[in-house]
Amino acid sequence: MKADGIGARVTRKEDQRFLTGNGQYTDDITLSHQTYAAFVRSPHAHATINDIDTRAAAAMPGVVAIFTGKDIAATGIGGLPCGWLINNKDGTPMKEPPHHILAVDKARYVGDQVAVVIAETIEQARAAAEAVEVDYGVLPAVADTATASKAKASVHDAAADNVCYVWGHGDAAAVDRAIASAHKVSTLDIVNNRLIPNAIEPRAANAAYDKSSDSYTLYVSNQNPHVERLLMCAFVLGIPEHKVRVVAPDVGGGFGSKIFLYAEETVLVWASKRVGRPIKWTADRMESFLSDAHGRDHVTRVQMAMDGNGKFTGMKVTTTANVGAYLSTFASCVPTILYATLLAGQYATPAIYCEVTAVFTNTSPVDAYRGAGRPEATYVVERIVETAARDMGLDPAEIRRRNFITTFPYATPVGLTYDIGDYHACLEKAVKLADYAGFPARQAEAKARGKLRGIGFSSYIEACGLAPSNVAGALGARAGLFEAGEVRVHPTGKVTVFTGSHSHGQGHETTFAQVVADRLGIPIDDVDIQHGDTGKVLFGMGTYGSRSLAVGGTAIVKAVDKVIAKGKKIAAHLLEAADTDIEFKDGVFRVAGTDKNVPFASVALTAYVPHNYPLDKLEPGLNENAFYDPTNFTYPAGTHICEVEIDPDTGKTEIVKFTAVDDFGNIINPMIVEGQVHGGLAQGIGQALLEGCVYDKESGQLLTATYMDYAMPRADDLPNFTVGTHVTPCTHNPLGVKGCGEAGAIGSPPALINAITHAIGVRDIAMPATPERVWRAIQSRA
Amino acid sequence: MTIHISMKVNGKAVSADVAASTTLVEFIREHLRLTGTHVGCNTAQCGACTVHVDGRAVKSCNMLAAQASGAEVTTIEGLASANGDMHPMQAAFKEHHGLQCGFCTPGMVMSALELKGRFPNATDEQIREALDGNFCRCTGYQNIVKAVKAGLAA
Repeated sequence: MKADGIGARVTRKEDQRFLTGNGQYTDDITLSHQTYAAFVRSPHAHATINDIDTRAAAAMPGVVAIFTGKDIAATGIGGLPCGWLINNKDGTPMKEPPHHILAVDKARYVGDQVAVVIAETIEQARAAAEAVEVDYGVLPAVADTATASKAKASVHDAAADNVCYVWGHGDAAAVDRAIASAHKVSTLDIVNNRLIPNAIEPRAANAAYDKSSDSYTLYVSNQNPHVERLLMCAFVLGIPEHKVRVVAPDVGGGFGSKIFLYAEETVLVWASKRVGRPIKWTADRMESFLSDAHGRDHVTRVQMAMDGNGKFTGMKVTTTANVGAYLSTFASCVPTILYATLLAGQYATPAIYCEVTAVFTNTSPVDAYRGAGRPEATYVVERIVETAARDMGLDPAEIRRRNFITTFPYATPVGLTYDIGDYHACLEKAVKLADYAGFPARQAEAKARGKLRGIGFSSYIEACGLAPSNVAGALGARAGLFEAGEVRVHPTGKVTVFTGSHSHGQGHETTFAQVVADRLGIPIDDVDIQHGDTGKVLFGMGTYGSRSLAVGGTAIVKAVDKVIAKGKKIAAHLLEAADTDIEFKDGVFRVAGTDKNVPFASVALTAYVPHNYPLDKLEPGLNENAFYDPTNFTYPAGTHICEVEIDPDTGKTEIVKFTAVDDFGNIINPMIVEGQVHGGLAQGIGQALLEGCVYDKESGQLLTATYMDYAMPRADDLPNFTVGTHVTPCTHNPLGVKGCGEAGAIGSPPALINAITHAIGVRDIAMPATPERVWRAIQSRA
Repeated sequence: MTIHISMKVNGKAVSADVAASTTLVEFIREHLRLTGTHVGCNTAQCGACTVHVDGRAVKSCNMLAAQASGAEVTTIEGLASANGDMHPMQAAFKEHHGLQCGFCTPGMVMSALELKGRFPNATDEQIREALDGNFCRCTGYQNIVKAVKAGLAA
């Protein structure tokens, strides 16, 4: 193995700037003649906007401009689009009510933007925003997921029953037959709690208009700048795409919440031309809580039918999913395409049916959050599997062994084809690492101390490497899901790589450089990765769904291979040999079977100084780009085992051991992969133990809008994790990689809740399993 | 109301007339343009804005610039040596992958450095407790704890 190549534990190239204070995040960028924006946000969950009086605010010091929804609507600007069409069971399309970038007639959630104030300083903008007088007519709010479709009030007139769609997937009749003829049917009613992503860098944007070129530059904290530009230009503002440059510089965490096109940056771009000066907006933390797209929020009933041996014969899932007040960019596909297709899990369940009712409520939009649909699916599957084991009197590891898929490729009854995996291997490795055999002794020892010990499993699968465009298109995607990459070899043989993926913590600048350095046989220091700028990168679909390496990395590999192929032709000319006789290895082109060779850097120089060059056959230069559209999803999978100890007097849960064994396919940088797993686990454990977004069901007020009310995982809330891997290389991309960014957040919540319910002997406990809830559950049992 | 303040920041004397309401982090970021110190919440909970004031780790969003007048302030930009070599604590974060997106990192490093005086041989538990005023959403903290331990020992 090359010391800085594929598989090596290389420290990160990006760390120098982050550790010395030289990172450049959006709010760090201040432009000449900068102005600042503050948004006037609705304090009501649901209200008519009768009148907006901006006169007093406009007269305040430093105010440059004030715009309302009517000002924007008057210029014919459309609303924010949804990127995925979901059809109802009857084939009719979902409801897509308009999502104005500033509310026009009604405010539909607490935090909905109704006006923007632009001023010389942020203090002046905020003070003037306070002085904007909005006459609201308060309406009854719809804020409860389970009852939204029966509420008297309607969030949108176009969806009187608040239903966005009712979608079905799978063979309902086959599942009904399986349930009717089952030896046993286990049933569980569960809630996947709503979460607020909370990237530590708040969303921010800075938009500037240049009159001389009639063009715009937008700096924005975003995970996919090209998609941001495309949606904003083509679907909202009607600005020619080539007149807008979107830069997503260093981004302080995304976790899905920065995938989407938001109203704020769109307003800023629109207003920047009118104001003629750059406009910056940075969310304060409460704005982040109110206006970042939230995650999860499902209410589900699941039934698992089994035969006498605990073999699964059918599964039925009925889910109500909250999409919030408006459809965010990918809101519609998260609780459908990214959810129901994963309900087979790692099991050969022959029949599965899922029905999803998506409801509008007077709450913040809900969209992808780390895992996006797959954590919700895994929570359903792994909770019912563990419950089924208990109902059947089977060991939780044993029921999984009896039902695992073992032959590949495997076509699930919910539309995916798993290319490869070894679920037994991950399970057995996790069982060993967790010392499952020693659990009864540890449980007895804890009992002697008056403590309750429990252990829980979760054998998750996810579909990553989003996505084969033709498959996604057939399922309603309104965009392609390929990735683009460009490899620019400089005359000296140094390399700049441009990728459409975006790094906001994942370490692409290192991992991608390792891949390129390895393939070209050059030092990693000779390779730099550029991303996050539509002015530099030819195109991109961005980073989400653990796709960057499997899709973005493959695009780069394809471009590298084109460089090598062209290099071989140049080398053949230099070495006076046939193209087909040239081989490339360890950075050297060689005539096969001889010592005649020319190094990579010499070929690069020849390409740019073509004095001795096959100009009749080849163009000069050594710069290649490639687009890669995957042929299948990738399927990372693994087993997580959580062991907890609960103090019955306080209800406090301590995670005594958390073991995760994951199959991510080949691993480029094990250090980075471990870090991704740790971070995902922390978010999954946060969901299960600490984090819960709460709206008041009557008023629709967000009750958890500060760090005093929303429990973020802190260093002393979490254990050290025991992590391991098992490798089955992905069969359909050249690196054999699957993706690792979301696994921790997907696998861990059911393992933890299975452990808690095991410890205290209850069927279910709501997430987050706070000490109060655990204590009450213990009392209810007594 | 404006107020005249002067202090040493990263060893350099600075002074300015600022609004009395100017927080230390605003002064550092907006007036001195030292943007390595970040704002994640402005309510003293996330710790991204942590700097040292007279050797103490302080959340600079919750301190007025005027309160730091006359003090010696150190920010993340002040840690590396003149030749660019990182401070051992910074180097330990790199070596042990104690950072991902980098946004919480400056505050995390400044908080970690303060431990040197208090717990030079800190255990994992002590480090976790001591860092509970600094949020990290990326790492799950495990590698931060590893890095801090190594940084304290260096």
